[in-house]
Amino acid sequence: MLKDSNIKKVLVLGSGALKIGEAGEFDYSGSQALKALREEGIETVLINPNIATVQTSEGVADHIYFLPVTPFFVEKVIARERPQGIMLAFGGQTALNCGVELFHKGILDKYDLKVLGTPVQSIIDTEDREIFVEKLDEIDVKTIDSVACDNKEAALEAAEKLGYPVILRAAYALGGLGSGFCDNAEELTRLADKAFSFSPQVLVEKSLKGWKEVEYEVVRDAFDNCITVCNMENFDPLGIHTGESIVVAPSQTLTNSEYHKLRELSIRIARHIGIVGECNVQFALCPDSEDYRVIEVNARLSRSSALASKATGYPLAFVAAKLGLGYGLFDLKNSVTKTTTAFFEPALDYCVCKIPRWDLGKFRGVNRELESSMKSVGEVMAIGRTFEEAIQKGLRMIGQGMHGFVENKELEIPDIDAALHAPTDKRIFVIEKAFDNGYTVEQIHDLTKIDCWFLEKLKNIHRTDRELQATGSLEALPARLFRRAKNMGFSDFQIARAVGMEKEMDIEKACLRVRDRRKALGIVPCVKQIDTLAGEFPAATNYLYLTYGGNHNDINYEHDHRSVVVLGSGAYRIGSSVEFDWCGVQALETIRKEGYRSVMVNYNPETVSTDYDICDRLYFDELTFERVLDIIDLETPHGVVVSTGGQIPNNLALKLDEQGVNLLGTSALSIDNAEDREKFSAMLNRIGVDQPEWSALTSMEDINEFVDKVGFPVLVRPSYVLSGAAMNVCYDRDQLERFLTLAANVSKRHPVVVSQFLEHAKEVEMDAVAKNGEIIAYAISEHVEFAGVHSGDATIQFPPQKLYVETARRIKKISKKIAKQLNISGPFNIQFLARDNDIKVIECNLRASRSFPFVSKVLKINFIELATRIMLGLPVSKPDKSVFDLDYVGVKASQFSFNRLQKADPKLGVDMVSTGEVGCIGEDARAALLTSMLSVGQRVPKKSVLLSTGNGKQKGDMLAAAKLLRKHGFDIYATDGTSRHLNENGIENTRVYWPDEEGTPQAVDMLNNHEIDLVINVPRNHSDKEVTNGYRIRRTAIDRNIPLITNARLASAFIKSFCAISPDDLEIKSWQEF
Amino acid sequence: MKKATLVLDDGTRFEGESFGYEGNVAGEVVFNTAMTGYPESLTDPSYAGQLMTLTYPLVGNYGVPSDEKGADGIAPFMESDRIYASGLIVGDYSEVFSHWNARESLSDWLRREKVPGITGIDTRHLTQVLREHGVMMGKIIVEGASEQPADIDYNSINYVDLVSVPEIVTYGAGEGRKRVVLVDCGAKNNIVRCLLNRGVEVVRVPWNYDFNTLQFDGLFLSNGPGNPEACSEAVDNIRKFISNPEEKRPLMGICMGNQLLAKAAGATIYKLKYGHRSHNQPVRMEGTDRCFITSQNHGFAVDPSTLEEGWKPYFTNMNDGSNEGICHESKPWFSSQFHPEASGGPVDTEFLFDEFINLL
Repeated sequence: MLKDSNIKKVLVLGSGALKIGEAGEFDYSGSQALKALREEGIETVLINPNIATVQTSEGVADHIYFLPVTPFFVEKVIARERPQGIMLAFGGQTALNCGVELFHKGILDKYDLKVLGTPVQSIIDTEDREIFVEKLDEIDVKTIDSVACDNKEAALEAAEKLGYPVILRAAYALGGLGSGFCDNAEELTRLADKAFSFSPQVLVEKSLKGWKEVEYEVVRDAFDNCITVCNMENFDPLGIHTGESIVVAPSQTLTNSEYHKLRELSIRIARHIGIVGECNVQFALCPDSEDYRVIEVNARLSRSSALASKATGYPLAFVAAKLGLGYGLFDLKNSVTKTTTAFFEPALDYCVCKIPRWDLGKFRGVNRELESSMKSVGEVMAIGRTFEEAIQKGLRMIGQGMHGFVENKELEIPDIDAALHAPTDKRIFVIEKAFDNGYTVEQIHDLTKIDCWFLEKLKNIHRTDRELQATGSLEALPARLFRRAKNMGFSDFQIARAVGMEKEMDIEKACLRVRDRRKALGIVPCVKQIDTLAGEFPAATNYLYLTYGGNHNDINYEHDHRSVVVLGSGAYRIGSSVEFDWCGVQALETIRKEGYRSVMVNYNPETVSTDYDICDRLYFDELTFERVLDIIDLETPHGVVVSTGGQIPNNLALKLDEQGVNLLGTSALSIDNAEDREKFSAMLNRIGVDQPEWSALTSMEDINEFVDKVGFPVLVRPSYVLSGAAMNVCYDRDQLERFLTLAANVSKRHPVVVSQFLEHAKEVEMDAVAKNGEIIAYAISEHVEFAGVHSGDATIQFPPQKLYVETARRIKKISKKIAKQLNISGPFNIQFLARDNDIKVIECNLRASRSFPFVSKVLKINFIELATRIMLGLPVSKPDKSVFDLDYVGVKASQFSFNRLQKADPKLGVDMVSTGEVGCIGEDARAALLTSMLSVGQRVPKKSVLLSTGNGKQKGDMLAAAKLLRKHGFDIYATDGTSRHLNENGIENTRVYWPDEEGTPQAVDMLNNHEIDLVINVPRNHSDKEVTNGYRIRRTAIDRNIPLITNARLASAFIKSFCAISPDDLEIKSWQEF
Repeated sequence: MKKATLVLDDGTRFEGESFGYEGNVAGEVVFNTAMTGYPESLTDPSYAGQLMTLTYPLVGNYGVPSDEKGADGIAPFMESDRIYASGLIVGDYSEVFSHWNARESLSDWLRREKVPGITGIDTRHLTQVLREHGVMMGKIIVEGASEQPADIDYNSINYVDLVSVPEIVTYGAGEGRKRVVLVDCGAKNNIVRCLLNRGVEVVRVPWNYDFNTLQFDGLFLSNGPGNPEACSEAVDNIRKFISNPEEKRPLMGICMGNQLLAKAAGATIYKLKYGHRSHNQPVRMEGTDRCFITSQNHGFAVDPSTLEEGWKPYFTNMNDGSNEGICHESKPWFSSQFHPEASGGPVDTEFLFDEFINLL
């Protein structure tokens, strides 16, 4: 054994809450690393406050700390656990930065802690631009001409010297934070101000806009053996962040010479820098010669490495962890074939396409242009044997109502030239539109600089679509064209629409017709393995995809009805992310444990559920009705689980049921009864349960009539959104009319749901598991914020801290009634409003909810395991009542990524905007809240707090907290009304001025000068003046990286917490110890 | 596109569409798992007589570069003067291509060189068939093409004789330069380039030429197609060289060169079930922790246990344990089964050329 036998306990740093630029991929890499360590019998310690992850689950790490990944907390854990080794490469930039700081502070030396894997010095060499360029100069590798600058003046001078356009990059920043292109000095000045607030150093580089962007994933062991596992080519040329780009693997437009030139450079770099484990090298490649530049090197596992692992089947993180322990690549086996060596480079016999998922529509005011910093919140990976197949699959997987490249809802693009030139999240659909309008490939290439090969392939799809349209009917569609369309990734839906069937029948019926005809013609997909060696060696791998590019199945199906198919959750998006991955993985593990064959369908490369180790068969494929049926045709399973993957599988329930698919757990009929607003309402009335009044309305008159009855404010949910957020709370007639005329379309076809909106009501959640209508386990949790903040953005305490006993009792009673009525068998969630002891039901989902991992882990009862056992028809026993009586508290807090979303208004509302969450446990609510707030990037202020606290009621909420601040010696700055209110109540403060007021100090100036440590800005939701003024303060706080809280209840709770306890007094305890 | 069919000797049929030359052809069906480098592979003389299946489905994307020769008498972007593979089998031929260096499409080139291609094939399945059965003979039959391809017995043909230069060609002649004799069994251009780049004169001789009669500083044995058993004349010449106890001049061999050297050193050669044709073959230098990813293209292998005394394995394949090179225990003689000259494939082992040159 080559490994260092002195290493008995290892600390792994996680990446914290999911945020833009740092998402689920690090749950995957961390989980793999922990697996690799455990296999060696090494005791593992994990720090990660992200409670919804798989890595923070029982059995993955030995000691799990739900604490912020900062040197302060990490040192405390080190002092307590005394590990011999630490791994920094598996928790993204967060862990890497933390590691570098621990090194600089001498903490690693102090505790004699060995960094396993790439040494810290090598990390510093790649992160500090100047050193990096020097290092690469030493081995004759070209980098982009750039100048490191410590201030704005130096940056301007550098840009003059290099010549515009230039790109500005903040050093030590994840995902291109604070980076961007500048065409002139004015743009540079603006960007530099912001970049310097994130980083002490900024790089000004010559822009290579339009060059190809190519990445290599390199693995190196301590014996200097090197491989590149995968290369990837960006569909979008340089200038768009790789996280924002469509990416294909392997590269498509590179010759052998280019491929291997860049490969050799990557290896030369990895060797010279001294990587042990994995790194990623990004290149710019000239489109007219073999000239190149190295863009950057990431000396850690990255989003790209997670993608490369999924694209090739090579478990990069697992191997990197083993190499960190001192193994050579030659010691390890290929995890797919199990017979060949891990020292090899995968050969793909398919094409992979990664497409980002954006949710920009959720953010008011956000800049939609794609740039050199990242805005996407998730991604999908599609696999096909033609590029056309892969990209069309991928565009469906994105899950924003698109059916592929063609046959989508008409897109309104006022200026195609401009839209091609300045790409947004809709860019690929603009290309389709351009083809429609007769643009040639060359014209589009000139405007987009996308390589003509990609454009020609898209053109191919467009041409085939025209041919389909020309047939005019399904009957007239020739088999050869039918097959070609399927080879090019057309769905049955696209074909049905293209041949014009929608005119004659319901589209769903048409899709089934297409399916029947297709099967009659023998046009069916085949299943292929991802085996890492393109079929050269036999591989008993369970990693599968479906394609029309072939006619032979790699799998011999057993047809023993022992398969249980779990439908995954798809792309991470706002509202659905790692928590459903956790649910899916728990379901799979339970299924496997109970002797069934666990089968996963999912297509998100950032997940653990798409790790082929986690189940008996993995279909890395679409979650569309068509593809799920294809898989069910092949698998002939015992049953299908639709309740652990969030809304995507939930929405398929009824349709699958209609096709006779055996859904496990709660019936499709019940799911429909809960999902369908009318049916659900009728049921609640029948069983005497209250709900806020609502109505689906189709005209302005009806809406006004309804509002007259229930009064303002009202919650308005249009079914057809023109722009902006889909939901809104309107406080008066003015707002209502403005919202409905500007933002939404009200008509018979597009009804608007208007509900009564209760102010100052508590929101309470019931997460539970039932069997045949009887609740087996439950968790009641309470929002810190009042209703009006989306439950996905709210701060949640479990168990509830300020709920009347009577309220809790009523909630339990109502839940029991609903469970019985809907005969629930499996997981479900009900959301309640409670004011005094008056309780109303707002929503009921007959599936696992976002908070399942949180309550499961705090309660230490695995709700999904329980639910899965029930769905499999296995006996379960009710947990003892005493386990529901906790002597500690869990607080779930939300992570926002407003800093990534330029210009977006960072405030909360009824539509969800957070990108991630943490869950921390404490001895009491204050400790748990403080830990979780620190985990999502809030900081305890040093000295100054800026308050502008909204309307009267909210100001009242804040008064006690403001007093406390003064008592603890904080300086309070307050805007006009707030200042007056504080004065009236005898709280000393300094008045600051709104942006549109004369006078000093100006609030915005103080923020720009970093004279404020915490901003509490509670929007009032009313006048335009407030909206603009408040927006400028909120936005400046975000752009200057100053903590911001926009909710009075949360702000109070936070202030009360940090005034009562200091972070130093927080007790450091692992999850297992609570 | 015309319909085309690939028929294997065992009767298995694969239906697809024709591209390139519309004619029928027979050959040994082999598969190659490299993801780039079709111009290099097609012009590699070692593929003579073979129908090349590419497991990576998307082929033709970057077109084909010019085949014009440079000042040194070698085409800079090709591995020989023409396409040597008899046919090409792919999953998804790309009719459009895009690359600054492309001069024509793959299809046009194949047509010009009278080489049939077939696309729309489940090449993964075909590969599995070949893997299970071993390589076998097959035919590409294009709809409407009349000529019947002759049945050939791949193993009995001396392909080396068909691809070797007919007479001596000298490259890079110059005053005071070291002279390397390159025994051309079907040498790839990049072997010549790798030698020329290191400042030596290369005397390329026909495969069966008795180089022992020439003045030279180092001996180089090239790659080549087919069965090494057909090259006994070359083996005799090599044996003459290595059996001279006074001989100290360095020798390096590649692929067929490794097999011929091994035969001269008494070893036996056997045919692999389906060969190694890829850019990702892992090899380990015997007795070290040094491992390399290599480019390979061979159907035969050396049985190292049969080597005479004085010889030992140099490299070994980390996947199937087969021999990847031999070397002499005391003399500066070594060879590799893989291709250090790459083109296509990884360039990790090009240092072997440096080692050879340093020994001169």
